Amino acid sequence: MTERVNQYVLESRDFQQLLDALIKRGYQVLGPAVRDGAIVYDVVESLSDLPIGWTDEQETGRYRLRRRNDEALFGYVVGPQSWKKYLHPAEVRLLTAERSGRTFRILNNEPAPPRRAFLGVRACELAAIAVQDRVLEGDRYRDPIYAARREGIFIVAVNCTQAAPTCFCTSMGTGPRVRGAYDLALTELVGPGKHEFVIEAGSDAGAEVLAELAPSAASEALCREAEAAVERAASQIQRRLDTTGIRDLLYTNFDHLRWDNVAQRCLACANCTMVCPTCFCTTVEDVSDVTGTHAERWRKWDSCFSQNFSYIHGGSVRSSAKSRYRQWMTHKLASWIDQFGNSGCVGCGRCITWCPVGIDITEEVRAIRESPASSKESSHGKP
Amino acid sequence: MSSKVRRKPRIAVFKFASCDGCQLSLLDAEDELLGVAAALDIAYFPEASRAMVKGPYDIGLVEGSITTHHDAERIQEVRRQCKTLIAIGACATAGGIQALRNWKDVDEFIRIVYATPKYINTLKLSTPVAEHVPVDFELRGCPINKHQLIELITATLAGRKPNVPTYSVCVECKRKGNVCIAVAQGVACLGPATQTGCGALCPSFDRGCYGCYGPMESPNTESLSNQFRILGQNNAEITRAFRGFNAWAWQFRKASEESERT
Ligand code: SF4
Ligand code: SF4
Ligand code: SF4
Ligand code: SF4
Repeated sequence: MTERVNQYVLESRDFQQLLDALIKRGYQVLGPAVRDGAIVYDVVESLSDLPIGWTDEQETGRYRLRRRNDEALFGYVVGPQSWKKYLHPAEVRLLTAERSGRTFRILNNEPAPPRRAFLGVRACELAAIAVQDRVLEGDRYRDPIYAARREGIFIVAVNCTQAAPTCFCTSMGTGPRVRGAYDLALTELVGPGKHEFVIEAGSDAGAEVLAELAPSAASEALCREAEAAVERAASQIQRRLDTTGIRDLLYTNFDHLRWDNVAQRCLACANCTMVCPTCFCTTVEDVSDVTGTHAERWRKWDSCFSQNFSYIHGGSVRSSAKSRYRQWMTHKLASWIDQFGNSGCVGCGRCITWCPVGIDITEEVRAIRESPASSKESSHGKP
Repeated sequence: MSSKVRRKPRIAVFKFASCDGCQLSLLDAEDELLGVAAALDIAYFPEASRAMVKGPYDIGLVEGSITTHHDAERIQEVRRQCKTLIAIGACATAGGIQALRNWKDVDEFIRIVYATPKYINTLKLSTPVAEHVPVDFELRGCPINKHQLIELITATLAGRKPNVPTYSVCVECKRKGNVCIAVAQGVACLGPATQTGCGALCPSFDRGCYGCYGPMESPNTESLSNQFRILGQNNAEITRAFRGFNAWAWQFRKASEESERT
């Protein structure tokens, strides 16, 4: 088959060469690392920085690291952080101003972000980056901070060969096989007496790095094995979110009793939005020093779960937790489609795992779908 | 004096029932202190200077809770003397750790502790300043965060709204890139129900949040208590968790009383 022409095999013992090739090209390589009981993203310089032999166990409101019985490098699913950490950082200084006499000067000397390579981008994460691309630079309104950080990112994607119980990429059409814009894609194959990667290039930059590694072509059998491994991940996925007519479903059920039910559980703590790889909302804070000669403007992650987020003259529009959860879920799954043409959810499951009380977006949709009602009926319906 | 020369705003610091930790935050702000001294006339601050300039004052910082009849009268006078009155710290904003006595018989304590109980003249409850006089701003924390204090003073001088968020500790915890210890380690953390301000200090060191900054803007203590039960906490432990420095803040009070009843 023709597509096989592009597939090569990289032995795990040669994996460092891939890191070296990227570092040599001036990339700061960011990838998975074990820290504080989870797999997070951090600077990766050598093979030993990677979460060798670690995996995660995830369920609603619960995450635990576990040892694997092999030396897999990518044998985990997704952790609490996403690439948003680098592309759309939690806190950015927008400007600094100094007063001198009766005038002031704007100082803008933020260093340019380094050239970066992302190692270990999953299918759902690749989709999430595409969602944020659309929001933050896919329009006449372009966020220059995002654009500067996004440009020239080298993406090493990894196909999932296992899924967490919280994953539902298959429902959202985003995974577990990577699609779209990557430079290199890996499928890890690990078993008794073997540990190798099927690797393919998705761009010229990727092909150049690949050529330098001089890998041998992957055999037909190995390619099939890699495909089967990804299939296995897909078949492990039990969580479903039925997206049929989801936009209208949520729009017509804005007064469903389920929103009261979820509000009883929801802490309005904002964890779901912080971990979501597509949530992009921010607040702007102006700070000045006590002498009034130095001022800074900062942009920080905010959330539709915070009261001030919907503050307009006179007060907060969404004062109840009910209205805030409804806003979040309806935006993510319905009004995002009107705004940007696609769903705001890629099915990564982070909001499910990292919600301190285990609220599950797929369950909330199911509950509404099971007893959809017009607003009048719903206020008399069963709880 | 020409009317062009503007007098520096006068600040006064008052103490009620408290440990002094909050007012010391001001002294602890070494880097900013010179700026504060240049911008403000520190008119009354017994803890830090001999200056005892009489009121009125432009800004009054009040530390401590109201626990005696004398306090209750003095806070009225303090209010009259201050244009802007700011309550600082868990004692002044929620009654402090000493509000634990609000659930006990104070007379019994007095009998047990003091050799001559008749010298002790105290109120039954330890209460926040706002229960006695109108307060312009409440700066939370046990102790307060010095950066928030400087920000509050700066904003007050500049006539702008201070950046003192009222959302949960979780927001700052996540912005810092912390791994949530509630989810990843099963630690009972009060962060989701607590107002931020500390920069998620305890969760950054693998300890659950103790609730130093009191209830966040819309705390769901019932749901969090249920989650604590799932994490293996019993009712006595849940009562203790909410009954800390901000025990008398009504949402925490309600939560601790509910778990005490169950
Ligand atoms: S949601 Fe899909 S792509 Fe994302 S980690 Fe899970 S299996 Fe992989
Ligand atoms: S809403 Fe939840 S599952 Fe969907 S992309 Fe965000 S964090 Fe992932
Ligand atoms: S859904 Fe969960 S994570 Fe999101 S605000 Fe509510 S309690 Fe917090
Ligand atoms: S560790 Fe505590 S404060 Fe931090 S996100 Fe988790 S629950 Fe919130």
